Amino acid sequence: MQWDIVIGLEIHVQLATKTKIFSGSSTAYGAEPNTQANAVDLAMPGTLPVPNEQAFRYAVMFGLAVNADIERRSVFERKNYFYPDLPKGYQTTQLERPIVGPGFVDIELANGESKRVRIHHAHLEEDAGKSLHEDFHGMTGVDLNRAGTPLIEVVTEPDMTSSEEAVAFAKKLHGIVTSLGICDGDMSQGSMRFDVNISLKPKGSETLGTRTETKNLNSFRFMEQAIAHEVERQMDILEDGGSIVQETRLYNGDRDESRSMRTKEEANDYRYFPCPDLLPVEIDESFIEAARANLPELPDARKARFMDQYSLNDYDAGLLSSDSKLAAFFEEAASHAKDAKLVANWIQGEFSARLNAEEKTVADSPITGAQLGNLVVRIADNTISSAGAKKVFEALWSGENDNVDAIIDAKGLKQVSDTGALEAMVDEVLTGMPDQVAQYQNEEDPKKRKKMLGGFMGPLMKASKGQGNPKLFNEILVRKLGG
Amino acid sequence: MTISREDIEKVAVLARIRVDDEQVSALEKDLGNILDLVDQLGAADTDSVEPMAHPLNAVQRLRADEVTETNQRESFQAIAPATENGLYLVPRVIE
Repeated sequence: MQWDIVIGLEIHVQLATKTKIFSGSSTAYGAEPNTQANAVDLAMPGTLPVPNEQAFRYAVMFGLAVNADIERRSVFERKNYFYPDLPKGYQTTQLERPIVGPGFVDIELANGESKRVRIHHAHLEEDAGKSLHEDFHGMTGVDLNRAGTPLIEVVTEPDMTSSEEAVAFAKKLHGIVTSLGICDGDMSQGSMRFDVNISLKPKGSETLGTRTETKNLNSFRFMEQAIAHEVERQMDILEDGGSIVQETRLYNGDRDESRSMRTKEEANDYRYFPCPDLLPVEIDESFIEAARANLPELPDARKARFMDQYSLNDYDAGLLSSDSKLAAFFEEAASHAKDAKLVANWIQGEFSARLNAEEKTVADSPITGAQLGNLVVRIADNTISSAGAKKVFEALWSGENDNVDAIIDAKGLKQVSDTGALEAMVDEVLTGMPDQVAQYQNEEDPKKRKKMLGGFMGPLMKASKGQGNPKLFNEILVRKLGG
Repeated sequence: MTISREDIEKVAVLARIRVDDEQVSALEKDLGNILDLVDQLGAADTDSVEPMAHPLNAVQRLRADEVTETNQRESFQAIAPATENGLYLVPRVIE
């Protein structure tokens, strides 16, 4: 049987405010446990929350960036449940009147087509603390530094039909929030967490199937794997004549396994009600217009500008504009090197490969955009060959030296492009290889000839101590050997 | 309006309050009375009244995003039943 896959996402985006949503405690990552958890965060009796204006500004900026309506009067609710990392016994969140109403994001698919994913709403809420289940004499340790960190939870409509679309949307959203500067986007630190709702229905059917929710995926790769895993699990059950149980599942990316966390019957009754400690928050037009006026360039606009300003093709422009840090790196490099296309190639080739291999992001790159730009300048003006450029890149990356020209000098990578000197080397090498020369000249097939030409390159590079310009060597060879 | 024993038992579990059978019977009656009162309120025509999230007719004041709190872990942890390495210790959550 053929199945349609239906996917909706819920994304928790940690806002990059300096302080918590309801208290003046710092939200800086990596502090000693519980040193950033004050009386409000610990839910001490008699404390009252006071909302952080910046969290509202960030939520409004997000709403504007995803073409959404902004709720002028938003209300906080209490979502009640018991868990040790939630000291109040409820999470302060928004249910009835979320700050961001319906909007949309357009994603680009692999086939070049664009697809619209609708946003149902996005609301402000607080994060919980962290439970550490390592053995503390049979007890659980609780760190409340994260308790009260502002989040926006973005809820999409079930508009995605494959893991590729879901990942494309997730990456697009990541690009938007990091470009806005409202989230640092560091997924390894939990700055963005994804919940995936998945259901299957017979191909073409109008009725949605029963869905499951897989929670807390913190990388694009795990998200893709978790979707593939869950689709297969549901398909197996349905094709065996079974039915899907509505439930929340946990996915273990390291083992590619999932397990049920709770079913609908066991689902918490959260007993939502408006939070009596907080008055409704009113946002006026001037607040919204000020946020709109200060919106930075977003990935779509940046892509269009890259195509226009640097003459990049659609693919290159899309890739380099999606992440604000990568885009800034590219622009810094391109401001030094004139050849933006060559810069783009180096970023997507050598540079990205090294980042991936070392599991680094652009922010942790040991080389700067200016250094890569200077390297590209020396490739473009023929000072170094592409093989030499890789050696320079290596030296920059390892921190051996931070100056491109100094590395070229120190390693003797400068190409010899003096045609007189190169011609003399070619003459000498050809004189020493009469048999190969005769063979070449007797060969009729141009393809074979081209291949045989390579046979002369080795000795030539050796004669020039690796510094001869290969392109010029080739030209001289062809001329001397008679076409 | 009546409330069932099952409802009371469920609410007790959600609120983490232990109630014995006798108490459930008493609560059945007391909570039933309260719900009857709410039913009387429900009879009022509120079609043209906008739902209210808060009894005060005021809007929330917001705070500037500046760190105003300092580390007071020591004083908070002095009243905690169990701590270790700066963590609050609680009965084990998962098996």
